Amino acid sequence: MTVEISNLTKTFDGQKVLNDISFSVKQGEIVGFLGPNGAGKSTTMKLVTGFLNLESGNISINGNSISKYPDLIKNKIGYLPEHNPLYLDMRVTDYLNYCGSLQKMSSSEIINRTKEMIKVCGLNKEKHKFIGELSKGYRQRVGIAQAMIHDPEILILDEPTTGLDPNQIIEIRKLIKSLGKEKTVILSTHILPEVEATCDRILIINNGEIVADGTAEDLKSAATAQETIKLRIDCDEIKEVENLISKITGVLTVDIRNEETGEILVKSSSNLNITKSIFELCVKNQWILHEMTPNQTKLEDIFRNLTLN
Amino acid sequence: MNLILSVAKRELSVFFDSLIAYVMLLGFLGFSGFFTWLYGNDIFLVGQANLKTFFTISSWTLFFFIPAITMKMIAEEKKSGTLELILTKSISDRQFIIGKFLGAVSLVLVALVATFPYVITLSLIGDLDNGGTICGYFGLFLMTIAYAAIGIFSSSLTNNQIVAFMLSLVICLFFHIIFDVLAANSTGIISWLFETLSLQTHFDSISRGVIDSRDLVYFISITILGLFSAELSLSKSHS
Repeated sequence: MTVEISNLTKTFDGQKVLNDISFSVKQGEIVGFLGPNGAGKSTTMKLVTGFLNLESGNISINGNSISKYPDLIKNKIGYLPEHNPLYLDMRVTDYLNYCGSLQKMSSSEIINRTKEMIKVCGLNKEKHKFIGELSKGYRQRVGIAQAMIHDPEILILDEPTTGLDPNQIIEIRKLIKSLGKEKTVILSTHILPEVEATCDRILIINNGEIVADGTAEDLKSAATAQETIKLRIDCDEIKEVENLISKITGVLTVDIRNEETGEILVKSSSNLNITKSIFELCVKNQWILHEMTPNQTKLEDIFRNLTLN
Repeated sequence: MNLILSVAKRELSVFFDSLIAYVMLLGFLGFSGFFTWLYGNDIFLVGQANLKTFFTISSWTLFFFIPAITMKMIAEEKKSGTLELILTKSISDRQFIIGKFLGAVSLVLVALVATFPYVITLSLIGDLDNGGTICGYFGLFLMTIAYAAIGIFSSSLTNNQIVAFMLSLVICLFFHIIFDVLAANSTGIISWLFETLSLQTHFDSISRGVIDSRDLVYFISITILGLFSAELSLSKSHS
């Protein structure tokens, strides 16, 4: 199912939280929603799930507007809200049954899906416990299980991996990845490596506006006008090395980081491949090359550049 | 309808899974039983086989208990964030409110059914006024739905249970006694107005054994008004 968001604007107490946001998410696509706190990620999600009313703009799912067919659309969406709210006074199975019944599932469907979700989310040992007795990681699994109980075609997950241990994070990412093959997934997170690991596409939102939209590779290549290479060369005359490298065409700056270990940072224009020239230079002068690492621009840097005002 | 029943069922099962239901049942039966059978104007002192004392005492006990039952119903969901979760499922605000309402009313009905042994005992030791008893229970039921609606409305206004409790107690206090007092202290059309607003007037007339359509309209209007306001305030809270 395609989620189409057009010209979304939302104001709270005179403050514009979302300013004319438009994007669309296709079926089988996992979109990562990035942005600093208060950028409007959660607000967008609340609007898509129908919790908040539309102020201006439109959200449509497969061409059906959410304001016209709210019930139809709510049934197609599975939602894990921020902070993962749960009824702590209910048992896991009862809670999943309850969530299923609120999605208009038949009782036999509810029983089957609850069993399946307990299996998929690894809750088998905890299924008879009160949710209040569970640790944070297990609660998060219950939250994900309730979002998927009715086998929704669209999954909206607001920070799905917070509070999980590294093993659980990897499991949940795997789960999201496999779900994303046939479903439409929108997830928000603060953890940048997570977006790179799970998402097909990244949306960066800042001050209620979309500032970047594309795959991780797209964003990186757009952000990098120059390349940095880290070198470690074993040679008596480090000054000589600096001098010769700076003469290679395309090299912008050469910076000696540490004279004793021979650490050098070389900046160059990104489109010229200078690694070959450096290697040839080392061979010619019989310098021992210990390390040559192209320093890739990290998503962190792109994020900081785009969202730091 | 299934959605409404699911919400109501959850409310009831949470009540009975925790201590709330038992404390409430014990308190209600304790109070009403004590004053009906043992103390004050009890049945043996009056010497008549009717449950008038019981109905008066129960009306006061319910006046305190219903706000206590309803206070957390929406306020807590708002506070914990589960409201967001539930309202993004295929349930409308109205269905959610009615489900909560049915949950609260059913718990009180359980309490009322638990007092049926009083009726049985009394009918064994004397010639019980059946019509009066049925009307008395019916009056308590009508009062319950009115107060439960007010309680749920109060709970929808805030995310603090204590505030919700106090608020519904204050609103119910007006209907329970203040309008009655005001009516007694004024004359003419104002007195009539307050008397019409007072829940006590309508409750008394029903528990006397007369079911007047005006009384029915009164209770049902308060209920609908309460539930409707609750729905409005709920949808405003997530606009």
